[in-house]
Amino acid sequence: MTNKARTFALLLVASTTLAACGKKEVENVPPVADNTTYGNTGDTVTPSGNAIIPGSQEDFLQSVGSMGDRIFFDTDRFNIDTADQATLQTQAQWLARYPNARVTVEGHADERGTRDYNLALGERRANAAKNYLASLGVDASRIQTVSYGKERPQALGSNEEAWAQNRRAVTVVIR
Amino acid sequence: MKPNRSLIGFLLSILGLITLAPIAAAQETAPPADDEPELVEFDTAKVRRIAVPALVAPNPADTAAGNSSTLGRQIAEVISANLRNSGLFEPQGPAGIRPITIEEVTAPQYDYWKGRNVEQLVEGFVRVGGDGNLTVGCYLYDVNFGQELTRMGFVVPPREWRRAAHKCADAIYSKLTGELPFFDSRIAYIAETGPKGKRVKRLAIMDSDGANHRFITNGQSTALTPRFSPNYKSILYLSYQDGNPRIYVYDIDSGRQRLITASANPTFAPRWSPDGQTILYSMAVAGNTDIYKISVNGGAPVKLTSAPGIDVGGSFSPDGRQIVFESDRGGSQQIYVMNADGSNQRRISHGGGRYATPEWSPRGDLIAYTRIAGDFRVGVMRPDGSGERLLTDSWQDEAPTWAPNGRVIQFFRTERNTGKTSVWQVDLTGRNERKLPTPVDGSDPAWGPVLP
Repeated sequence: MTNKARTFALLLVASTTLAACGKKEVENVPPVADNTTYGNTGDTVTPSGNAIIPGSQEDFLQSVGSMGDRIFFDTDRFNIDTADQATLQTQAQWLARYPNARVTVEGHADERGTRDYNLALGERRANAAKNYLASLGVDASRIQTVSYGKERPQALGSNEEAWAQNRRAVTVVIR
Repeated sequence: MKPNRSLIGFLLSILGLITLAPIAAAQETAPPADDEPELVEFDTAKVRRIAVPALVAPNPADTAAGNSSTLGRQIAEVISANLRNSGLFEPQGPAGIRPITIEEVTAPQYDYWKGRNVEQLVEGFVRVGGDGNLTVGCYLYDVNFGQELTRMGFVVPPREWRRAAHKCADAIYSKLTGELPFFDSRIAYIAETGPKGKRVKRLAIMDSDGANHRFITNGQSTALTPRFSPNYKSILYLSYQDGNPRIYVYDIDSGRQRLITASANPTFAPRWSPDGQTILYSMAVAGNTDIYKISVNGGAPVKLTSAPGIDVGGSFSPDGRQIVFESDRGGSQQIYVMNADGSNQRRISHGGGRYATPEWSPRGDLIAYTRIAGDFRVGVMRPDGSGERLLTDSWQDEAPTWAPNGRVIQFFRTERNTGKTSVWQVDLTGRNERKLPTPVDGSDPAWGPVLP
């Protein structure tokens, strides 16, 4: 495993936003580590059958599937397209199952925008996801939003593929 | 002539901190015709050859900042570096040129310096007073005309010796270019460390040349977009301290900070009005971002924009009557101007591509911005949108901030792929570009006014 990949894996551990991310590999993004790399935290989905608390972030990630916690946007856009709708519907079903669960939607932008504008854009994207979840019957008071602008890229390259991964809104269960 | 005696008589004492006041008024000598303040635009073809020998320490003494004779050399080094970094001077010295005597300070050997092929000459002295303070005298001569152009004197505690050097350099720069001074000023910025996916971003401050660097925040929460208050007593900046982006005003003396407004909504892009009485900020409500202003003493915020879309940033004109800001109400980021009460909003950028981060020059004559058309470049235009000129050309140059004299701009540059950032400086010709020395990576520079 390269240093870069190890760093990436550590980031995954540090982040509560992502546990299993095996698909949609793109160039310039280090390969995602296998589960053994970060399974020892006990906080992530592992195939070995650690006890997952119903209604938890781990339960959510297992339920919505790989990348099911996030939707993606075109440059400077914040509309919810058909693929996003499907993702958010899956999230809404889980939220219906656990009516006490609350979530934060984190809005992000790619690095090819200015800092202030990207903070506003991330907020707009997070709200677009929130509004769609609310339209599916999730009580809006259960959904917080936060924008990270371009401050927390997921993919670390400077190319279209990386930017496409970073223009995202990620739903995270609040502990 | 005993310059140190005659200058000492002018000592001033303010607040017991820094006594940085001119101790001799500039001699009202008419400068030679070719040194008239005629520079409308910087002309790099006219680079001035100027000699800066070490300042003389007539009676060398130890100070809290080292021996005064060493300080004399260091002050000359700072003067020389300032002038060189402005791009308008080709200084010689203090290294590589002969030291001067105290008598020469007021009676320069013009013929010798003519032989060195310099046009101007800076001479001066450093004296340690009975109270331990330094008196720094600084004289500017025209070598060809055999004439004194200006003289300045400053009293500073030894630890503030760089300010005396900056003031001397400012006096020289102003006299010879006709522009207002800018060296004796400070920068707030964001110091960055760590890998791209997990950057640590700390609020930090430094002198305009990168010296006297100090970290303000410890990096536990991300800090962004600082702005020095006009009196340098506080800094507006964004922090994720409570997990959400919020604007705080940080008091430098006490180290305390407070939210500028109590709101559950994210606030960002803070700016000061020129008089320091009003804070401009952006706030997103249900995803829609608008620009607000609020008194520095609190009270009710005033909403200035209401267009659907992102209205963000903003920068007051120097008279405080207008605000230039950024909006995507027309479909993409563009620059708009409005009156300070929010009326008469009109778009001024029409060059194609996107325009962001407008900053009004302290002189009022230009607006600096980030132009996004493929790459990110820093440019300037007049307040009516005409005369657009790009000053930089790199992959990602962003967020210009003006020197207090409105003739130099700092911005930050992001490196492709690595995400490494650095603070850069460029003058209005676009030709004199250089990277600022910062201890770690740097972004979001914000230049304050000239120190009193």
